[in-house]
Amino acid sequence: MTVMVQEVKPAILNNSLLQRSRSLQGISFVGLSLPAAVLVAAVLIIPFSWLAWLSLFDAAGNLSAENYVRLLRPAYIESFLTTFKVAGLVTAICVLLGYPVAYLLSQLPQRAAQLLMVFVILPFWTSVLVRTYAWLVLLQRQGIINQWLLSSGLISEPLPLVHNMTGTVIGMVHVMLPFLILPLYAAMKAIDPVLLRAAANCGASPAQAFRQVFLPLSLSGLSAGIALTFVLCLGFYLTPALLGGGRVAMWSTQIADMVAKFANWGAASALSVVLLVVTGGILWGVNRFMRVPDAWGGKR
Amino acid sequence: MQNRHVTLSALLVGAAAVAMTSGSFAANETVTIAGFGGNLQKDLRATLWQPAADKAGLSIAEETHDGLAAVRVQVQSGSPTWDLVHLGSDDCAVGGKEGLFEPLDYKVISTDGFDKRGYGEHWIATNSYSVVLAWRTDVYKDKAPQSWKDLWDTEKFPGRRALSTYPQEMLEVALMADGVAKDELYPLDSKRAFRSLDKIKSKVAVWWSSGAQSSQLIKDGEVDMMAIWGSRVASVIADGAPVSYTYQDAILGYGCLAILKGAPHAKAAQALVAGVVSPEIQARIPEMMPYYGPTNSLAFKVGKFSPEVLARSNMSPENVKKQVFLDANWWRDNTNLVREDYSLLMAN
Repeated sequence: MTVMVQEVKPAILNNSLLQRSRSLQGISFVGLSLPAAVLVAAVLIIPFSWLAWLSLFDAAGNLSAENYVRLLRPAYIESFLTTFKVAGLVTAICVLLGYPVAYLLSQLPQRAAQLLMVFVILPFWTSVLVRTYAWLVLLQRQGIINQWLLSSGLISEPLPLVHNMTGTVIGMVHVMLPFLILPLYAAMKAIDPVLLRAAANCGASPAQAFRQVFLPLSLSGLSAGIALTFVLCLGFYLTPALLGGGRVAMWSTQIADMVAKFANWGAASALSVVLLVVTGGILWGVNRFMRVPDAWGGKR
Repeated sequence: MQNRHVTLSALLVGAAAVAMTSGSFAANETVTIAGFGGNLQKDLRATLWQPAADKAGLSIAEETHDGLAAVRVQVQSGSPTWDLVHLGSDDCAVGGKEGLFEPLDYKVISTDGFDKRGYGEHWIATNSYSVVLAWRTDVYKDKAPQSWKDLWDTEKFPGRRALSTYPQEMLEVALMADGVAKDELYPLDSKRAFRSLDKIKSKVAVWWSSGAQSSQLIKDGEVDMMAIWGSRVASVIADGAPVSYTYQDAILGYGCLAILKGAPHAKAAQALVAGVVSPEIQARIPEMMPYYGPTNSLAFKVGKFSPEVLARSNMSPENVKKQVFLDANWWRDNTNLVREDYSLLMAN
């Protein structure tokens, strides 16, 4: 009897100690994440709520839906569609250009991959403004590309490469490409090469192994990259403003005009709320149907 | 003891007398002026603000803003730190309508020599600018375009055009290109202006959105003919680019000063404004800020200018006759209505 009691007692002690350390751990988790939570509340949730609140008042300060009704006018619908067209086009081109690059990086030996990675990341270190102006120098009528094409006799008239949709898309693809390549590369790197060898062992050709094993496994990274690129494109301001020649009326341009030129905070807020809700909707959809968190969290 | 008493009261009386003779602001008060910054602000300070401050016995401090939105924030805060703001005249008119500004004291500020479009209850023009027709001389060698009609005439003058992304001044240009006489422009027939713009928009290679961009376009030969600020085309020509321009049918707009509602040094600011618009100080503009102009026509009576200076000043009597004044009040009331149609026009 006494022996048994002596055997049980430490177990009970241990259990309560475990319990205590678990609750301590819980408290310290809360404590550690508190500053971040407060920061998010202070710089994100409160300002956004204020923004949403502002959008409910007209210029005279009366409660009204005026700011949202206005968005149904042709100028705004046009700009909304343009924004999605540009974002879609840029994302699609980024996928076409970025997937092979990410694939190459993931297959190369470590050293070579690191060297190539520098070229992917390098543009990150240069200001968007500088890169955008550089495109202007390259693409304009008297620019390097047109001069070269003209002097080589390939064209007789300069091509309209900038101050339009073409220039905007070229400039934005350049800025956005790393945002697609990096998550994609991370996902591809996490694919176990043994799986491909196993597929080959079972008689799959390299193309089959890629299509049936590698591609499906890389999809989570791809969808993360697509979501990131697309969402960033939706709010893009600088490049369309400089390379669009006034023709590419992005949603962000409308917001900037409303604040800077017309000082209509209510209208600008309504525009922002719509953009944010739509962006949130897209992220939620992608999250729901394409298992993005797997890629972002690196779990499989 | 008694002596001290006498000196003290004498001092008090003296101080009161000083206070009364100098209005109700203390000498050496510091007035804060906010402008758009950059070279324009530097030139404005040297040409207008500093001499006016010296005349009134004031000091000035400078701030920069990026438009009426910043002014609105200042006033809404309840205790603005700026006294004066320098804006475009349409913004001054909008701000006045919204109650952002103190009324100007026209007992202190004289409007002799001013065009009636050059001041309002809450603002007064301090300098003028012109939106002119400019072109590449290497493209239109001996056949230079004469007016906005030629910008619209793509058969006689083939080539790429540029207009501004903001409808202001562009509707005026479009109407004159369509045959509306200068003195019959206002109130603008915006429907007719848009019909006119529809005819040219396919030839507009670029809709420019900043002054720097506009001068780059004509300097690099990205476009052959455009509507551009006179000050901007001047710098391009000074850089040696084969470009020329005309004041014929150009649009004259104003930069203006207004006093913020609740400004800490409002009285002193009134005195400063009075100095800035006086003929003597305005007469500094043609020499010191070529391609901008004085808003007070008496400046040309007070100052003596060489023929070259007169030829390039947009406000010299000879050049004013060729141009048309922008109506800030029309734009104050209509910008919001026109803007959306204009952005649709550019996008399609």
